[in-house]
Amino acid sequence: MTGTKASIRRMKDLPSTHLLGTGTPMCAGCGGLQALHEIYDILGEKTVFVNAAGCMTLLSVYPFTPFRGSWLYTAMASSPAGAQGIRDALDILRERGELPAEEDLQVVVLTGDGAAYGMGLSATSGAMERDLDFIYICYDNEGYGNTGQQYSGATPHAAKTATSRGAHGFAGYKKDLFSIWAAHRPAYVGTVIGAEPLDLAHKIETVKQLRGPRMIIALAPCPTGWDYDPGESVNIGRLAVRTGIWPLKEYIDGKVVHTRIPRGRLPVEEYLKTQGRFAHLFAPQRDDALLAELQARVDAYWDGVTS
Amino acid sequence: MSRTLLTGNVSAAWGARLAGVDYVPAFPITPQTEIIETLAGWIDSGEMAGRLVTLESEHSMITAAGGAATTGVRVFSATSSQGLLYAMEMLYTVAGWRTPFVLVNVSRGLSAPITLESDHNDIMAARDCGFLQIHCASCQEVLDSTLLAYRLAEDTRVRLPVIVNLDGFYLSFTREPVEIPAADAAAGFVGDFDPQNARFRASTPESQAVAVLGGSPYSYFRYETHLASLNGLSVYDEISAEFSATFGRNHPAVEAYRTGDADYLFVMLGSFATKAREAVDRLRDAGWSIGLLRPRLLRPFPEESLRRLLAGRRGVAVIDQNLSMGKGGVLHGELLGALYGHPQAPPVVASFIGGLGGRDISAEEFYEMAQTLRQAADTGRTPPPRLLYTRDELREIRKLQAVAHQEREELHR
Ligand SMILES: Cc1ncc(C[n+]2csc(CCOP(=O)(O)OP(=O)(O)O)c2C)c(N)n1
Ligand code: SF4
Ligand SMILES: [Mg+2]
Repeated sequence: MTGTKASIRRMKDLPSTHLLGTGTPMCAGCGGLQALHEIYDILGEKTVFVNAAGCMTLLSVYPFTPFRGSWLYTAMASSPAGAQGIRDALDILRERGELPAEEDLQVVVLTGDGAAYGMGLSATSGAMERDLDFIYICYDNEGYGNTGQQYSGATPHAAKTATSRGAHGFAGYKKDLFSIWAAHRPAYVGTVIGAEPLDLAHKIETVKQLRGPRMIIALAPCPTGWDYDPGESVNIGRLAVRTGIWPLKEYIDGKVVHTRIPRGRLPVEEYLKTQGRFAHLFAPQRDDALLAELQARVDAYWDGVTS
Repeated sequence: MSRTLLTGNVSAAWGARLAGVDYVPAFPITPQTEIIETLAGWIDSGEMAGRLVTLESEHSMITAAGGAATTGVRVFSATSSQGLLYAMEMLYTVAGWRTPFVLVNVSRGLSAPITLESDHNDIMAARDCGFLQIHCASCQEVLDSTLLAYRLAEDTRVRLPVIVNLDGFYLSFTREPVEIPAADAAAGFVGDFDPQNARFRASTPESQAVAVLGGSPYSYFRYETHLASLNGLSVYDEISAEFSATFGRNHPAVEAYRTGDADYLFVMLGSFATKAREAVDRLRDAGWSIGLLRPRLLRPFPEESLRRLLAGRRGVAVIDQNLSMGKGGVLHGELLGALYGHPQAPPVVASFIGGLGGRDISAEEFYEMAQTLRQAADTGRTPPPRLLYTRDELREIRKLQAVAHQEREELHR
């Protein structure tokens, strides 16, 4: 197993051999897959991934899998419950002395935002309330990607999706899943993004040392759903952080701490203008009012941030 | 051996306890709740080993059941009605995983209108999901069938989950004398759970329940599941013979009651069949040549046995305690499917719908069905499907409707 040392300080400390196989059917430039690669390098192969319906379901297509460890596909709504069954069974076997420690596994739920913010929220809430010892990774591409990027509970205001094609895009606002999860007082909640691998690695290392519900939301730039060139994924990911759109933070020991407070935040339009889903904010006319509203929301968020 | 008065629910709990289950994912619903309360009580007091976890829905409960069974422990769960339907997506899913575990369903009519009382539409909705189904008519059968179900589910030729079905209220809350097998005898019969390749271990990674691309691998896996279910027929006969040799109680795939020389047969599932048994006795007393067939296995469907048992009869009345909207009784259709084209198939197979939402089926109604059957056999004309419902009942409903109208008018005045 690689990446067990809690010693990642610089980029060159990141694992150099990668555990997740290549040749998956994910789109080129998939930000979710990028995050998963980085996470898997640190979590390692003593894991069982419990997946919900979404893009990542196609990672394991009979008879191939990119995972060196185990995998179970469940359904869209209930992968945390699948994790519950597996964890409980492993614990039962451990207690009976039928499963030596070295055979034990980390149980890792892997779902998109559609499952995490919506259909699977009740199952996730239940798992946290039962203090299930598991890791939850939500790759958040801000829509039902696998079905063609319809808006979900994670879609940001004004984004065009397959079901919000009108002049002003999506009328709703992105749900604050971080706070909803944190309100359950789990062991850990963190936001990450593949474009900030050092921050991600620190958090996954932290998570690896803890027990109980450990919840990760990875913003997942999605060239297919967000409409941009696949080569831009890393750049867009960085912009999400530098404009303050995607705050990197963690909830641990009952406190929320920002792990990166962007100094000299870039205007949000630097991020928005990179993606076709926001093109209507800039052409045929600039929508100054809407841009100002989006900027004001981000400003208001950071105004309230002290740590 | 002595007998103890047990409800159907507590009998099911005893079945789980004697099978040595490791894990019980649970969720409350009437009339099943007593099962999980009983198991929780035993686990809390240390009388029973194992772990019970209440999930936040039946959908999650079945997912957890499947997850635990794929990790290699013996799993038991229970539900009813709305809960079974809420879990429906996962019933299909975990059957596709080929996870062997046992689910008890306490049958209850489905909403709407919402009711607590029993019929079989819930369990019929799960007919095609891949779970095997055993239908019980007594509390003893509930306990015994739970033990049989583990053997059936875990057999290498089957490897599928099994539902043991009992009727809400009529069995779930009815106390009957039940012989509780000795723990070591039951453990000996059920044996240890061998998870085989259904396990997650660090040194032997497994990918389970992966996606397929295209209809060819999909068809392959689906048909494999079908064949495994069909294997259940001969496997069931083997293990029920072993059960009978061990415990002296016989639970065949199809129970045949006074059928030897019978010209006419009732066909029914579940506890209401005991009413038919009673009616058969009375009719026999009155000189009728009549008997009862009660399939205990619904999936796999014991077609061969039914064909053999039905061959040469003058007439058959199938009494369905379910209603497929726009079609009729499910068991009736299933039976016709098994009989069609068979040279000795009875000329008359009549359909009756009764016992919906726990409505009783009276002795008189059984006599009436027998009369209808004889008439049909004499004339060679099968009667149209009939709902068992009396004029008096209809009059009562009309009365309630009149009251409702009256009340509304007064409100609007
Ligand atoms: C019960 C159910 N409803 C709908 C679907 C169809 N479906 C498959 S994937 C998907 C989108 C999931 O969205 P998300 O969780 O965000 O994952 P993504 O596709 O974006 O990776 C949907 C709606 C399903 N599989 N199951
Ligand atoms: S649609 Fe988006 S999230 Fe899904 S595989 Fe493609 S890039 Fe990744
Ligand atoms: Mg998504």
